[in-house]
Amino acid sequence: MSADFRSRVEGERPYLLRYASLQLRDPHLAEDVVQETLLAALAGEAGFGGRSNLRTWLTGILKHKIVDAIRRLSRETTVATDADEFEALFSERGHWVDPPAGWEEPDGSLQQKQFLRALEECLTRLPVKTAQVFMMREHLGYETPDICKELGLTPTHCWVLLYRARLALRECLQLNWFSK
Amino acid sequence: MLSCKEATQLVSQGLDRRLGFFERAALRVHLAICHGCRNFSRQMALLRKAMGRLAD
Repeated sequence: MSADFRSRVEGERPYLLRYASLQLRDPHLAEDVVQETLLAALAGEAGFGGRSNLRTWLTGILKHKIVDAIRRLSRETTVATDADEFEALFSERGHWVDPPAGWEEPDGSLQQKQFLRALEECLTRLPVKTAQVFMMREHLGYETPDICKELGLTPTHCWVLLYRARLALRECLQLNWFSK
Repeated sequence: MLSCKEATQLVSQGLDRRLGFFERAALRVHLAICHGCRNFSRQMALLRKAMGRLAD
């Protein structure tokens, strides 16, 4: 293994750590999966072969390690069936208490790094399980039936968690980005 | 007639599965008359786009 390759791989650690922390929401677990990823990468230098961008290659390995970790985790923890805190958003008859206003220049926001930071911040406030399902769906790009299968959830429960994640993120972005 | 709560659930599920014919029809009718849910629906599309750019 070349010393140069080792130091380049090691140089990606902070990025990978941030990536893993965002998805797993557990700094120790994130450390573990990044460590596993770096070891796998160093052992598999030949597999890289300079074909693609190093970060892209490492992130690909990391995604698998993250899914493995989520899978292990979901065997250990049961899904909390917490009371629906979003009931307050709707009246008894299911109408908005405070209907969403339009977001100004939504497309412009996407160009801004700061907006993505605000979104990340909002993601860290989601309950862990909700965040994991949402990240698997929206960031790792899994289809819903696959997420259900991986995590042992019913499709309905998956949809409920995704719905809650979206409502919560909307509220959070409304408050922390679009109201400013 | 869908309530806003039901409409937002369908908007969300529409991002995760193919809605049935009647679900789509009911949602279209609701969105046509409900400004809040229309904004909600646009915001959900934006959220999906933003999530795709997160790791860039």
